[in-house]
Amino acid sequence: MVFYLLKRLLATIPVMLVVAVFIFLLLRLTPGDPAAMIAGDYASDAQIAEIREKLGLDEPMLVQFGIWLGNIFQGDLGESFFFKKQVSELIVARIEPTLSLSLVTIILTVSIAVPMGVISAYKQGSWLDRLTMGFSVLGFSIPVFVIGFGLIYVFSLKLAWFPVQGYDRISEGLWGWLRHLILPALALSVIFVAFIARMTRTSVLEVLGEDYIRTARAKGQTETKVLVRHALRNAAVPIVTVIGFAFAILIGGVVVTESVFNIPGLGLLTVDAVLNRDFPTIQAVVLLFSLVYVLINLVIDLSYTVLDPRIRY
Amino acid sequence: MKMMLRKSILAAAATFALGATGIGSAALAETVLRVVPHASLKILDPIWTTAYISRNHGYMIYDTLFSLDADGNIQPQMVDTVTRSEDGMTVTLTLRDGLMWHDGAPVTAEDCVASLKRWGGKDAMGQKLMSFVDDLSADGDKNIVFKMNTPTGLIELALSKPSSNVPFMMPARIAATPGSEQISEYIGSGPFKLVTEEWEPGTRVVYAKFDEYVPRSDPTSGFAGAKIAKVDRVEWTPNRDIQQAVNSLNAGEIDIIESLVPDLHPLVHDAGKAYIKDPNPPGLQYTARFNVLHPPFDNPKIRQALLYAFNQEDFLEANIGHAEFYQTCKALFGCGMPFESTAHMDGLLDSNFARAKELLKEGGYDGTPIVLMHSTNVPVLANLAPVAKDLMEAIGMNVDMQSMDWSTLVARRSKQDAPADGGWNMFLTAWTMGDLINPLTMAFLNSGCDKALFGWPCDENIENLRDAFARAGTAEEQKQLIDELQAAWLAYPTHIHLGQWNSPSALANNIDGYLQAGVPVFWNVEKK
Repeated sequence: MVFYLLKRLLATIPVMLVVAVFIFLLLRLTPGDPAAMIAGDYASDAQIAEIREKLGLDEPMLVQFGIWLGNIFQGDLGESFFFKKQVSELIVARIEPTLSLSLVTIILTVSIAVPMGVISAYKQGSWLDRLTMGFSVLGFSIPVFVIGFGLIYVFSLKLAWFPVQGYDRISEGLWGWLRHLILPALALSVIFVAFIARMTRTSVLEVLGEDYIRTARAKGQTETKVLVRHALRNAAVPIVTVIGFAFAILIGGVVVTESVFNIPGLGLLTVDAVLNRDFPTIQAVVLLFSLVYVLINLVIDLSYTVLDPRIRY
Repeated sequence: MKMMLRKSILAAAATFALGATGIGSAALAETVLRVVPHASLKILDPIWTTAYISRNHGYMIYDTLFSLDADGNIQPQMVDTVTRSEDGMTVTLTLRDGLMWHDGAPVTAEDCVASLKRWGGKDAMGQKLMSFVDDLSADGDKNIVFKMNTPTGLIELALSKPSSNVPFMMPARIAATPGSEQISEYIGSGPFKLVTEEWEPGTRVVYAKFDEYVPRSDPTSGFAGAKIAKVDRVEWTPNRDIQQAVNSLNAGEIDIIESLVPDLHPLVHDAGKAYIKDPNPPGLQYTARFNVLHPPFDNPKIRQALLYAFNQEDFLEANIGHAEFYQTCKALFGCGMPFESTAHMDGLLDSNFARAKELLKEGGYDGTPIVLMHSTNVPVLANLAPVAKDLMEAIGMNVDMQSMDWSTLVARRSKQDAPADGGWNMFLTAWTMGDLINPLTMAFLNSGCDKALFGWPCDENIENLRDAFARAGTAEEQKQLIDELQAAWLAYPTHIHLGQWNSPSALANNIDGYLQAGVPVFWNVEKK
């Protein structure tokens, strides 16, 4: 197990290197000049050239890559072209809103989707099952911004229960923090609820026909125990895999929701950085997202050993 | 252990309850003005960049030696008196009493000299001013002394420049930062101070009232007169989704949206919780820029053809769409501006296709494709290039409109390569009228060849007239030169002005005192 863990951790290094090369080249090949954006509309060619030199953008691409990679290995993600701040500082400042939104969304999703999927499987063919599946199709089909605007219209503008937009840090008060997250998390969770409920239903349906379920029932166990202890536990591997991926997608993919609800997280930072060609920030954020993907994959793989004792590494 | 747990639970419950009600928040005692600015503030050095959002930040924390009042007249701001020697070769500006930096140190002439030198090295108008100055020094704590090589009326004109780069005053140690580097300390002497520790780059900027600021005694007017902070804090929180900003305004979460497209005004009117007011009545001007380095626009006749082919109404209607928020204006230096003049403009900008075709023929246009750069992601600019393309094709030009995001356009416009090799022939943009106030601030009129902005026009006549304007001693002389410059521009078009438009602010009903200075400023603003 320890050997497996070490092997997997070491394997992340070449993955991250490939990502680093890819993102570096992609940004350099994209048209656009951060120096011109920084200088502003009124700047002369000389001013732009001066800024380009200052940022090291006049160096050959290979030299720029070498410097960047060297700094990364020393734990230095570089300085944002625009904010004149270390990228690591910017990421630290923006990670709380994104993590909060992702966590609340995933908690909401799991607490709705898993029972929904289990009940749907248990009541296969009933109106409840059809309703759940209908919701799944709907959840997949409606874009998150449409759901977001709908929720804002009803709960913020008409009922005034929640704020239209913004984010309060958790240190400023728990209720303020939660109040700002409820609508965006609800909007985001719809698609994940649809997906995970469907996945749960399929997995549970598969195991409900197994011999050990019949045995459990024959032993006189209650239906709740049969469903939770026997069916759900044995159906958990694919469900946990999907939940893990959902969490990884959430962390890197909350851009639209953060934009609609004006949540100052990593998504908004990425959009700003891309539009302004802030290379160090884009590179660092993409690297971070890749690392999160790799690590979540690892955690999912490790969780299999807990959920299914037959799996060993 | 149980006791501790109970205490913790009680404390958490109390925190939760207080958080829910908002009681206990320190901000409750303060008046906070919550503003959605037109962009997120990334660069805090308004001399290092010409970005408008950095300029607006500059107005929050810095002060200027002179400023323009609501009628466009130059008024002293940090300056008390101006003394000129009889021959006009020595000009002394004496600072008024009570000026203080946000760190508590007094503002000195030495600080202002250092600030002027840094600005004079970066800004085009500053460079022009400095070309008339042999020596700039401090005489004691209060006197700034200009020793001139030529008498000029440019000092007050340049030092009251309202738009980027504005000559903001900074402490000498900060102004000593080379112009090629950003400043890293943000100390001004304006009515608000930056709360550095609360600055969240790109998401929130907080300003606090500077209690020690001593305002002038004259009434507030435009940028001039008394700058009185009437709220304790101003918070800028940008919002990419402007419709959401309107929802927030209607829900009472924010107080001011700096710039609101006319399409969304009905949402404000219908809710009845906010009103519309324009901080910049002259507005902005759409502009088409030529690249004169390459055919066909290296030929003035072909450029003149577009002066006849274009009409302002089409551009304004396609982009703004509400007649009450735009005006056609043939004056090169803008309508409602100090140097408004329509001399030599008869017959232009009326889509006279017959005359335009004649000029194309006279210029020998051979069907060379024109690379027209089309910016797609800035809503107020997005429809300009398609309109230009239609009008150019109507007179038989071959247009290759290339769509791209603004960042790409900004990078590409600085390339002098041939259009077929990644260069360009034309693009369209917008300028705030404050930038177009006279021939020295109008950057697109600069025809200094390599020293000119992208497009690189090169015309000695225009440059001589701009120099003459800088030296002009009287208003009459300046007005005469404006007319001559318009004739010179007609002979050698550097750009085309395509009409003025407005992008007003939306303010909550309890907000009063929002000034119409030309730039959104937040002194004098009250929250009732």
